[in-house]
Amino acid sequence: MATQHSRSAARLMMAPAVILLLGWMLVPLSMTVLFSFKKYLPMRGGDLGWVGFDNYVRFVSSSAFWPSVQATLLIVGGVLLITVVLGVVLALLLDQPMWGQGIVRILVIAPFFVMPTVSALVWKNMFMDPVNGLLAHVWKFFGAAPVEWLSQASMQSIILIVSWQWLPFATLILLTAVQSLDSEQLEAAEMDGAPVFKRFWYIILPHLARAITVVVLIQTIFLLSIFAEIFVTTQGSFGTKTLTYLIFQRVLESQNVGLGSAGGVYAIILANIVAIFLMRIVGKNLDA
Amino acid sequence: MGSITLSKVTKSFGEAQVIPPLDLEINDGEFVVFVGPSGCGKSTLLRLIAGLEDVSSGEISIDGVDATSLAPAKRKLAMVFQSYALYPHMSVKKNIAFPLKMAGMDPAEQEKRIANAAKVLNLTDYIDRRPGQLSGGQRQRVAIGRAIVREPEAFLFDEPLSNLDAALRVNMRAEISELHQQLATTMIYVTHDQVEAMTMADKIVVLRAGHIEQVGSPLELYERPRNLFVAGFIGSPKMNLISGAEAAKHDAATIGIRPEHITLSKESGTWAGKVGLAEHLGSDTFSRIHSDELGEITVRTIGDFAIKHGDTVYMTPDMSKLHRFDADGLAIR
Ligand SMILES: Nc1ncnc2c1ncn2[C@@H]1O[C@H](COP(=O)(O)OP(=O)(O)O)[C@@H](O)[C@H]1O
Ligand SMILES: [Mg+2]
Repeated sequence: MATQHSRSAARLMMAPAVILLLGWMLVPLSMTVLFSFKKYLPMRGGDLGWVGFDNYVRFVSSSAFWPSVQATLLIVGGVLLITVVLGVVLALLLDQPMWGQGIVRILVIAPFFVMPTVSALVWKNMFMDPVNGLLAHVWKFFGAAPVEWLSQASMQSIILIVSWQWLPFATLILLTAVQSLDSEQLEAAEMDGAPVFKRFWYIILPHLARAITVVVLIQTIFLLSIFAEIFVTTQGSFGTKTLTYLIFQRVLESQNVGLGSAGGVYAIILANIVAIFLMRIVGKNLDA
Repeated sequence: MGSITLSKVTKSFGEAQVIPPLDLEINDGEFVVFVGPSGCGKSTLLRLIAGLEDVSSGEISIDGVDATSLAPAKRKLAMVFQSYALYPHMSVKKNIAFPLKMAGMDPAEQEKRIANAAKVLNLTDYIDRRPGQLSGGQRQRVAIGRAIVREPEAFLFDEPLSNLDAALRVNMRAEISELHQQLATTMIYVTHDQVEAMTMADKIVVLRAGHIEQVGSPLELYERPRNLFVAGFIGSPKMNLISGAEAAKHDAATIGIRPEHITLSKESGTWAGKVGLAEHLGSDTFSRIHSDELGEITVRTIGDFAIKHGDTVYMTPDMSKLHRFDADGLAIR
């Protein structure tokens, strides 16, 4: 259908958008790569010239690097575990016919609409504050000493906050998957002698496998870069310094742009590995 | 053993009573067909027997034991669903093995039963495929295979052939009938297609709006329909129903005569009419004949009968095959 002429016209029309998007991505990316090969200390002498792979080596060999990778994996893994397990449970519950279903579903989805910064601050000040927080009051009511959540259980607290934000996403995707299950399959399994738990294990869970994979991969990409939740709560202390937060500290607190950029390149490589898996699996789902 | 008795069974969904009080006796080894128009409650009745729905009142007993509140799995019945309801992530073999695995059967015995079912149903070549890689007829056979390995007391089929094309349907119909001969197990089969009912059943249960209109063998229903509904539902083409002056001559509100019980002639006969449409199939001729006093009459003639649109013909009914119905639609005998 498309003639040579209409095709080149279309290209011309799309060009501004494509160039803008490309520039948006390419400029910061190439600057990051550029800086990662330089010694660049803005407040202490500025651009001090090329240093080859020095920054890459220093970033990895710094004593903060491995703990930050560990913290990142712990947060990502913890949040994934909680959101997938609770997401499946919630999806199954929300699928049951009940009174006020519409409102309950909106309530469940609501946390997703709250900005990460805001939700982290709400958790920090309204729930986890050792003096005024709701949890502190509960502890005191039972005669226990209030927990200083963000210092004594810092990692668990951050995982809790982030899980709360991402649970709606997981629930929503899993709920649509649960709803697409043919009810006759469950009835057939029931007649075949499978009790409730076995029906879940042999029929529902395999049916949800793809949806769970999608949830895991999409969340992984976003969770690798969580920042606001840490920034407004622990500021990276008490063992909650993730890779992203480490890069932020290198660039803005140590004012070492070169070193931070090298970390950034590591993060880009990591995210791309996950993204390739994601594209493959989501692409397959769309084909099938 | 597989006798099933329903006594005063009812089912309501909220306000709507789908099954009014209903009694039914199904004997061991019988092939029973529930037939009726869409939405008359056939599936609901089958699901009540299966235990997938709870009865609102009444009692269901299987082999003389009260099964009204027994879980589906405990009733020893196997069901074949309209959508087949195969487990898509399991191979054919795993699908068929599923009920055996749930029953915790010894693996060697499982293998034996699966191999046997696969052989009976011609599934041996596909045993490792997933349901998604099978044709409609093959899926149907897997669903039946999953039912027979359990060696149930009775099989329940809910419109199992409605997703197949016409030619395959005739084939599968024969296969299921043959399976019944081999296994000699009770089968309850739901369909809205009276041809399926007539060809397969030992006993037909005609349902309308949850009511049992008549129970009987195919020939009983054909020869002695209890009322107008059954008369119109059983038989193809439909029985001609005539009311008015002609019916009054026979002391009835309505008379019925089947298309195959009318003889056509070009010269003389009881009723005159003009040919509206003539379908020449070679083996039979189906003609629709307009008659001023009777309305539209369908006639079936064996072999070819050379008539065309607009011809005047004479029809002679076989009086011994005439059905008479009173004002309430009940047959007069
Ligand atoms: N779960 C249900 N809730 C409410 N009404 C139902 C339900 N299942 C069936 N019905 C109603 O019961 C009637 C009979 O349905 P069904 O047994 O499926 O008919 P059939 O199988 O003969 O076509 C229909 O009017 C249908 O709307
Ligand atoms: Mg039905």
